[in-house]
Amino acid sequence: MSAILKLDGVSKSFGAVTVADSLSYELQQGEALGVIGPNGAGKTSMFNLITGTLPSDSGRLVFAGQDVTRQSAATRSRSGIARSFQVPQPFSGLTVFENAMIAATQSAGLTGREAERLCLQILEQTELLSKANTLAGKLTLLDRKRLELTRALCAKPKLLLLDEIAGGLTEAECTSLVQTIKDIHASGVSIIWIEHVVHALLAVVDRLIVIDFGKLVAQGDPKTVMDSKEVQEIYLGIEADA
Amino acid sequence: MNLDSYTVTRGSKSAKIAAILGLIVIVILITAPWWAGRADMRLLGELFLYLALASLWNLMAGYAGLVSVGQQAYVGFGGYMLFALTIFGGVNPVFAIALAGLLGAAIAVPVAALIFRLRGAYFAIGTWVMAEVFRLSFAQVGALGGGSGTSLPVGIVRSMADGRSAREALSYWLALGVATLVVAAVYLFLRSRKGLALTAIRDNELAAGSLGIDIFRTKFLVYIVTCAMTAMVGALIFLQKLRISPDAAFSVNDWTAFVIFIVVIGGIGTIEGPIIGTLIFFALRETLADLGTIYLMVLGLVAIVIMLKAPKGIWGLIKDRMNLQIFPLGYRVETPDENKGA
Repeated sequence: MSAILKLDGVSKSFGAVTVADSLSYELQQGEALGVIGPNGAGKTSMFNLITGTLPSDSGRLVFAGQDVTRQSAATRSRSGIARSFQVPQPFSGLTVFENAMIAATQSAGLTGREAERLCLQILEQTELLSKANTLAGKLTLLDRKRLELTRALCAKPKLLLLDEIAGGLTEAECTSLVQTIKDIHASGVSIIWIEHVVHALLAVVDRLIVIDFGKLVAQGDPKTVMDSKEVQEIYLGIEADA
Repeated sequence: MNLDSYTVTRGSKSAKIAAILGLIVIVILITAPWWAGRADMRLLGELFLYLALASLWNLMAGYAGLVSVGQQAYVGFGGYMLFALTIFGGVNPVFAIALAGLLGAAIAVPVAALIFRLRGAYFAIGTWVMAEVFRLSFAQVGALGGGSGTSLPVGIVRSMADGRSAREALSYWLALGVATLVVAAVYLFLRSRKGLALTAIRDNELAAGSLGIDIFRTKFLVYIVTCAMTAMVGALIFLQKLRISPDAAFSVNDWTAFVIFIVVIGGIGTIEGPIIGTLIFFALRETLADLGTIYLMVLGLVAIVIMLKAPKGIWGLIKDRMNLQIFPLGYRVETPDENKGA
């Protein structure tokens, strides 16, 4: 197995606030990695650094064997990094199908029938096909989250970053979402998933990392990490939420 | 479920009807020199040029988010290029309009390199400052009349066509042609792959960047093309006026304030908006212009009321209520059930 993503001492601070403190880890091809940590720990900032919407102060990012540290978000997206936003960011004036088409044409680089075909397939998988012609701005929260996932998948990613995609969903909704993510993982896409809904996370991921104050404080087998003393300490609050 | 039973279409019935009606209107307008009076033709010509300016400003501000209040820079630049090319270069006026567009693109590149460093309100102010720089620079050119301006020599005017009515007809057709060209170009661009990217930028820049869209390059391209075409329209405006001066050429009121008014009341970020806005603006102007300053106050009032009551403009109101579509940009997924019914 080779590494699809490698972070090597990636750091970022805003003045006195450090959101990433020399982050280093590897993600293997086809692996599903879970990320936990308290609010404000720097989890979403880590995604911003990986996708390139936030430039790093120092360190190196290698994706699929290429140094992408200096590449723009758009370039990284085209080479196979896709994400879902924690707060959904739909193109609200466009329909669900058009939202998907943007990912398929701009990021995956498909055209014509091929792009349309992919969008229909993904929309069926994410259970949004019946709402293909609905304006994205008029969707419910669950459907907005599904749209985030749809767009990310229409970009034909090698690496999928999911940011609290299960937050705020009912138990039934969560179960169906977990199944969808399992299917995506089974198709060979590498996944990093930030989630406070720990049981959903543990149903999918192979490995877990814990981030606090921008630092990687623990990593390893999900069960071992969850049972470790430092995680129990940081996590008492979050256990109660989940 | 079988995905093959789903089809994706890009047109609609209302769009087809609108296209046929649009063609009929254009054909009727082409024949105007044979049935319209001189004053009516002048008015229509001016309307077409405002439609072109508004459509271009809408593409730039409404889609690319580049809220420029300095487009008079390119209107004036285009006008002055027409005068310079015809007077000093001996270029045919119609050809000079196209050349003015190319030169407009060439000057827009260094301007963009400067003002693209600014964001939001600073960008807007920057564009205005650039327009003032243009105005002051052209006022220094003695050969073009300096601060008091110059007229197009009679010989050049005569070289366009024989006789006054033939010239007026040509000038009218050029205006109609440019307006049609601009609206068609905006439509085809927005329907293309790049246009889809631009629409994504309009709705959400963060998501657009994360989905492979190069925001800077897309905006840069839109700015250059918009400015080039604005310079062409400017050349045509001053070919009709036959006289140019720095104050008229770089007027922020005439070439930017009225244009923004048109786009905002019509509906920003839509192709239909500037068309409706232009019609309303000219209707107001023709009925109220005799009132002097009160006319301008009425315009301001209309703009405020529309911004408060219908932020998406008049086309936004119509579109929401009637689900109408004149320029089909989007995609529609037809479900199996709908197919059976059809």
